[in-house]
Amino acid sequence: MTVAVQRLRRSYQRYWYAYAMIAPVVVVLGVLVLYPLAYGFYLTLTDANSLNTARTIGVNEIEATYKFIGFDNYADILWGETAYDRFWSHFIWTIVWTAACVGLHYSIGLGLALLLNQKLRGRTFYRLILVLPWAVPTFVTVFGWRFMLADGGVINSALDFLHLPTPLWLEDTFWQRFAAIMVNTWCGVPFMMVSLLGGLQSIDRTLYEAAEMDGAGAWQRFRYVTLPGLRSVSSTVVLLGVIWTFNQFAVIFLLFGTTAPDAQILVTWAYYLGFGQQPRDFAQSAAYGILLLAILIVFTSVYRRWLNRNDQQLAI
Amino acid sequence: MSTTTVQKSATADQAPASAPPRRRGERGLAGTLASHGILTVASLIALFPIAWLVFLSLGPDKDDYLHPGRIWGKMTFENYSYVLTETNFFDWLKSSLVVSLGTTAIGVLIAATTGYAVSRMRFPGYRKFMWVLLVTQMFPIAVLIVPMYQILSDLQLIDTYLGLILVYCSTAVPYCAWLLKGYFDTIPFEIDEAGRVDGLSPFGTFVRLILPLARPGLAVAAFYSFITAFGEVAFATTFLLDDEKYTFAVGLQSFVSEHDAQRNLMAATAVLIAIPVSAFFYLVQKNLVTGLTAGGTKG
Repeated sequence: MTVAVQRLRRSYQRYWYAYAMIAPVVVVLGVLVLYPLAYGFYLTLTDANSLNTARTIGVNEIEATYKFIGFDNYADILWGETAYDRFWSHFIWTIVWTAACVGLHYSIGLGLALLLNQKLRGRTFYRLILVLPWAVPTFVTVFGWRFMLADGGVINSALDFLHLPTPLWLEDTFWQRFAAIMVNTWCGVPFMMVSLLGGLQSIDRTLYEAAEMDGAGAWQRFRYVTLPGLRSVSSTVVLLGVIWTFNQFAVIFLLFGTTAPDAQILVTWAYYLGFGQQPRDFAQSAAYGILLLAILIVFTSVYRRWLNRNDQQLAI
Repeated sequence: MSTTTVQKSATADQAPASAPPRRRGERGLAGTLASHGILTVASLIALFPIAWLVFLSLGPDKDDYLHPGRIWGKMTFENYSYVLTETNFFDWLKSSLVVSLGTTAIGVLIAATTGYAVSRMRFPGYRKFMWVLLVTQMFPIAVLIVPMYQILSDLQLIDTYLGLILVYCSTAVPYCAWLLKGYFDTIPFEIDEAGRVDGLSPFGTFVRLILPLARPGLAVAAFYSFITAFGEVAFATTFLLDDEKYTFAVGLQSFVSEHDAQRNLMAATAVLIAIPVSAFFYLVQKNLVTGLTAGGTKG
């Protein structure tokens, strides 16, 4: 008994500083994240929408009348009638979107970073220009893209001038998706480029010299020095990229608003259910949110485990 | 493991002895030209949408974006003077600044001690705590937006700056904590030990020795939370109702309604927002990535 008390006291003396220092964040996360999350989960178990939640109209307070319906929302989303059109088609498109965007971000970013990492006249200048899409807020640039993609905008005028077909970028489903990936790639490459450039510059120069002494060609130096040297940066930026792209709201919302049902990824679709239609379906929207979170947590756990098996540490 | 592979393949394709010795970092002329060519094309692609926006902002009619050729003859700054004098531009500026600076202040203040604690101290529950911080960062907005809306409307915080700041803190705080942990990791632990030997408490060490050294890291965290709050669209669109309280992200959308699309004014406003933000960005850009991947590049 006394041993246990002593141990407790010692542990308290040892750790109370740590706990005191993390306390503010724990409190904030509890109040601003965990409580809303729990409340949101509760909402998914009800049939809450904007017609039956508590609201004030003029001076009249109307009590909430929604009721508890258990897991019906999840069942309806995943295998109810028209579940394919409502959930699975958006799910597939979200996966395609994430894979395509992150793949393009990473490969273009790496290519540009390699070019900028050489001794090259004017590389600081190139770097400043190439960072531009990152420097300007997304909500500004997406509107620029909307002007360009409009039917009769500069892109279609140029395509027409070259006697190429002029797709309806903002109206036709396939081209909407194509345009969304294009715009998001444009927005996301600078971050990858700058991060990978930082990684490239931290690789020890002597490794290259040693490899060259041993007669390694350019490709072999890339394969056996550069790529392993970039591993920890890569694993971090790819994870961040996947999370950010999966959750990318601004690009799709600002390009299409709530008008293009087939180009919506899960995040914007959930927003549409909760706030873009009448009546607002709060319960289903929240259920989408919980499903999205579950997908991301599963992905991150698998990704981490995979990294640990390969003896890498995640930087974040 | 990789070194043995390099050695093995090295003997396999020994470069022919006749090739001129070339030092590392030097390429042939063709290589240099190709590099410049690709970088120029990439720069044009990066620059064009912004330049186009600036160009369109000079055309006075709202349909000029469909006939850019006509703008040449009648370039004017009319759109700008109209935006600055006749619209809610300065109200939006105020809202954007209040919300972003509020988020930044709370985010950085609260996160700093946590970043230090998780960088230096290993306490029971450490790994779980880090996992929670990571998971919080990947919350899709969809997870919180409905419950937040309900909670804020119960508290009568819809359409207030405070409501929006609180919402943004839910992402800014864990994000800043992660970022600052990475930065504190790069500060030598010997400094802490020296402080402890001199009789400072862990908290004293943090305040007197580490915080002053961590100023660049704090700046990066502040910048990130500012930019994130400044550019956020979903919550701002949903939680702000009064058009004088709009942030720029919402205000800019309001130029295009179902009935009317004042695209010329929108372009001018977009440029007015983009100029100071990107100027600021360029001032701090060097520190940005170091801050974000500090832990990664170190290893």
